[in-house]
Amino acid sequence: MLSLKEKDRPIVRKLLCAGCCVRCVLRFCCVGTCSAYRRSYEDIHKELLAFISEESSPQPHDASGEEKTDEPPNKRLRIDEGSTEASVTAAQTDSDICPVCLGVLQDFCDPTFAKQVSDAVKNQQYEFNSLVLTVSLPAQLSVREHSCWLHVKKEIREKSMCLGKEDVIQVKDAFKWAVQGKIGQELGAAVLANSSCEVSVGFMHPETEEDCHFLANTCPDCFKPTKNKASIFTRMAVVKALEKISEEKFSRHYPCPPKKTNTRCTALDTTCLHTSVFIAGRYNKFSRELPQTPWVIDGERRMDGSVEELIAAPLLSSFRADGFNFSSSGREDVDVRTLGNGRPFAVELLNPHRAKFNRTEIKQLQETINQSSDKIRVRDLQIVTREATSRMKEGEEEKTKTYSALIWTQKAIDSTDLEFLANIKDLKIAQKTPLRVLHRRPLAVRPRLIHSMSSIYLDGHHFTLKLCTQAGTYIKEFVHGDFGRTKPNLCDLMKTNADILELDVESVDIDWPPAIPD
Amino acid sequence: MINEIDWFGVNADVDLKGKSCEDHCILQHSNRICVITLAESHPILQNGRKIKNINYQISDGCSRLKNKVSGKSKRGGQFLTEFAPLCRITCTDEQEYTIFSCIRGRLLEVNEDILNKPDLLLEKPSTEGYIAVILPKFEESKSVTEGLLTREQYEEVLTKRNQQEEPC
Repeated sequence: MLSLKEKDRPIVRKLLCAGCCVRCVLRFCCVGTCSAYRRSYEDIHKELLAFISEESSPQPHDASGEEKTDEPPNKRLRIDEGSTEASVTAAQTDSDICPVCLGVLQDFCDPTFAKQVSDAVKNQQYEFNSLVLTVSLPAQLSVREHSCWLHVKKEIREKSMCLGKEDVIQVKDAFKWAVQGKIGQELGAAVLANSSCEVSVGFMHPETEEDCHFLANTCPDCFKPTKNKASIFTRMAVVKALEKISEEKFSRHYPCPPKKTNTRCTALDTTCLHTSVFIAGRYNKFSRELPQTPWVIDGERRMDGSVEELIAAPLLSSFRADGFNFSSSGREDVDVRTLGNGRPFAVELLNPHRAKFNRTEIKQLQETINQSSDKIRVRDLQIVTREATSRMKEGEEEKTKTYSALIWTQKAIDSTDLEFLANIKDLKIAQKTPLRVLHRRPLAVRPRLIHSMSSIYLDGHHFTLKLCTQAGTYIKEFVHGDFGRTKPNLCDLMKTNADILELDVESVDIDWPPAIPD
Repeated sequence: MINEIDWFGVNADVDLKGKSCEDHCILQHSNRICVITLAESHPILQNGRKIKNINYQISDGCSRLKNKVSGKSKRGGQFLTEFAPLCRITCTDEQEYTIFSCIRGRLLEVNEDILNKPDLLLEKPSTEGYIAVILPKFEESKSVTEGLLTREQYEEVLTKRNQQEEPC
């Protein structure tokens, strides 16, 4: 039963006369119960007709059909309104498309459309147990809504009542209330206000696209020019303009109530989007011929494979994701190995069609990655939240990293020449942006700390240098000096030309992500 | 590092502006960045010369020391053409030499260390005694060294000079 009041009767009559569909009538009567919109069109229509054919009376009553017998006011009302049942039904048959919702709350609220939407979702094969339904409507619907509201307002003002625009139920809400039950049932999932899976239904109406255009002349400052060919009549801009424009000005430019149309809205394809899933872990790199990210110059691959592709490939396929973003706590050059516990990384999987994995399954994925190549190894693989990934980049300058480097010296050395290195603690160095990265990094001077060093003598011109440094230190440049742009450097300390032959990262001292015991 | 990934290719520009033996060496990294240095045959590096003064003020309105670049795209860097002067070096024997850019590109930095320690230029002209760092335009990365001599061609020039016994 619709809970319509006495005061709603003139509104119902006026809207039916203008050709509004029954659900739009309910909206303007501020009917806020979801079930009302789920009822069939015929059902609602029948009850509305019954409601307006009742005699009006001084006492408010609901539309259950109680008859009153105060004739004179009735007759007067009917004659004044000119809205008899006959004229109401006539308005419906000319073009039966609602001039306010352009059909969105008519045929599209039928179970057949809900099934169509559900089938489209099923085809895309997502796994989910809840979803949120979003609806996008053409911008001109706001204009027609505004026009209809002004039309109704005029009527009820004469009866000294008031109807706030916020009290009117929005088309979007009415639509969702009408269809979400059926969609939820078809998909076996709860339709909620918030969910990681979003089903988007959209409508367009090319016939009335120009309905909004007059607003650009009346409220030009609401419409910002767009860079690409996109329309300036965005939903937000139109809504803003409608808030600003005076009632009188609006009525001059646009008919109230809105004119009927020949066509109804067409539905766009139903799209689904799942929020990203984040997988974190730590990786080792055992190859000196593997870049961290794909190395492409002028469209050509310079080197096969990359750390990120080796890690992401099995994840992309198991999670059935559309793409990924890889990030890590720093990175190493192609020719540098990452040993020890490895470097923390996080992979954002975009629009995963499957998002729920238990610990065993993740372990299995880790195994798959490790079996796929001997160039890398992954540990502590786990699903994490988006917020947790910020731990990786946090305090980047405070963290430390340890390295092992194979050094060549121009002058001949013996083991005593290396002893002084172990006594150096917290050496301050200043590094200008290395020339080898200067093409893609800003020119700057970076102060850094070499916390400690130790050495292992190998022969007259070679030794292994172990260093513990502040994060962000360029090790190669510390060794060879980079044209004197890193100072002091190992050449200065050892008073000889020196160069670095091999470099390994021994540890990245960050305690994230949490270790997962084997 | 001794591998194929990072490398500096050596090019030379000789007898700049027709001045005999005023040779420059242009080191280009695989990422297209160029370092301008004196070639080992440059007069400044001969006969035990000492440097009296290095001046980056090349005209009333222009000092290479005022060059400031910002951001990844190095905005603000002075754009140089091949014969743009980088600095003027005066030796203790009053000989004055102008060092030129040799290539087109954006000036990223000039070496300020040689202002305080001119000996760096004499002792390590190809490393710590470099003059300037220049970033060619992306489209000109390769063409910028086309007009220069390769190491082999430079060596040939030196050989010819020795045969003709030209004083430098």
